[in-house]
Amino acid sequence: MPTIVFIEHDGTEHQIDGEIGKSLMQNALDNNVPGIDADCGGECACATCHVFVDEAWLAKTGKAGEEETRLLGFAATLQDNSRLSCQIEVTDELNGLVVRLPEAQH
Amino acid sequence: MDQPQSHIVVLGAGHASGSVVAFLRQYGTAAPITLIGDETALPYQRPPLSKAWLKGETTEAKLLLRPEKFYADQNITLRLGARAARIDRPNRTLLLEDGEKLNYSHLILATGARPRRLPAVDSLDGILHLRTMQDAERIRAALQAGGTLVVVGGGYIGLEVAATARLAGMNVVVIERENRLLARVASEPFGSFIEDSFRRKGVQIELGCTIETFVSEGGRVRAVQLSDGRRIDCDAVLIGIGAVPNDELMRESGLVCGDGVSVDHSARTSDEAIFAIGDCTFRPLPLYDTSGRLESVPNAVEQAKQAASAICQRALPKPEVPWFWSDQFDLRIQIAGLRIGVTESIIRGDPASSSFAVFHLDEDATVRAVEAVNAPTEFMAGKQFINQGKRVVREKLSNAAMSLQDIAA
Repeated sequence: MPTIVFIEHDGTEHQIDGEIGKSLMQNALDNNVPGIDADCGGECACATCHVFVDEAWLAKTGKAGEEETRLLGFAATLQDNSRLSCQIEVTDELNGLVVRLPEAQH
Repeated sequence: MDQPQSHIVVLGAGHASGSVVAFLRQYGTAAPITLIGDETALPYQRPPLSKAWLKGETTEAKLLLRPEKFYADQNITLRLGARAARIDRPNRTLLLEDGEKLNYSHLILATGARPRRLPAVDSLDGILHLRTMQDAERIRAALQAGGTLVVVGGGYIGLEVAATARLAGMNVVVIERENRLLARVASEPFGSFIEDSFRRKGVQIELGCTIETFVSEGGRVRAVQLSDGRRIDCDAVLIGIGAVPNDELMRESGLVCGDGVSVDHSARTSDEAIFAIGDCTFRPLPLYDTSGRLESVPNAVEQAKQAASAICQRALPKPEVPWFWSDQFDLRIQIAGLRIGVTESIIRGDPASSSFAVFHLDEDATVRAVEAVNAPTEFMAGKQFINQGKRVVREKLSNAAMSLQDIAA
């Protein structure tokens, strides 16, 4: 089971055992990690599951796709390492992944 | 809060209640939480029921908002398959139909809404509604290639099921009383576009038309007789004529109600110990200076945050722009805001390309609502403009070559 760390805007860390095959967003919901709103339930329709992927991990998670990039364009705090966590599937490869959360999703 | 006698009771097991129990724990309360639902399933997502679920593209496990383990991890007691009988407000007790009594320090009502029914034909086989997973199972069993499905009501639920049934190879006839589709919930240009799209996909649409009689045989619906005299033979009829809030419990206990149970900005009812969230509420719409009832997942989540914040004595979240989405054929529909005080509608993009948006402005050219089809950028921009009360330059807005970042007045 890959270990994944979410770091809230205020620095609070949440380490979870990721479930392979589910999205990063669903993993956050399943473990009640605060700060992932996921209004649309993972349909890439709302940009409320925004995370910043630790630079070292970008190669493994990949960068945002076309539609995802368009949605992220309206996030309050867009960075080069911004992703929508509903579009990242958890795999064994992501063991040790660290993502940071923006201050707010709205 | 968090005294020994604290007990948060949540009635209902849909998107609102599944969200509020998560927020309550996120916001730090350790009080016992009991979640009561009349369905036997854990809280699940309803939007896929009319689409991925009917197509057999998803599973019950994937529909769940969170897996069973979550409720154990978060110390949330589940009472599924149970119904409430009444609220004893003076004694802060919720009575269940099976005789159990639950004392509460805070009661959160998330009873949802139910499909409006046609009592005269309700008991016939082949009459379908859509709200629950069970309802969706009945619809799935009725989807037979080559068969005919009549859809009564040209609203979102009806159109979503119509699209899925058409994709499954059925002949589909949508019957709408008004002279256009989505008459209550969408603008005229938007409704016309949807109508054209559905006709092109081979869906028969009958506007300005009602059903005179349902023809049955052996307890099963076989045809509908229209107000203009025509008869349409069919294998099943989906009734999609709106929903009514499940607010009887609230009315009987004397809580103030409008179209649903009335709540304030913190989702609190007229009883300070009782909150209500989701489809069953008549809520303030602060960005529009009015009140109303919304039926959407984002609304359920917003009010879940409000109630959890109030109970955990946190600052209330900022008001959100109402929005929802719908998928029909290859159309991703996203709508933000409400068409209140709108004096002008501007189309950006080309409806013929199936990617466009209708922006609705008030007399000051402030964006009040946006209806987008396969145009996520327009949707997101519109939602942001509404939130910020942004005024736009009409000519720039209608010029799709002009960046949305540059259209502010």
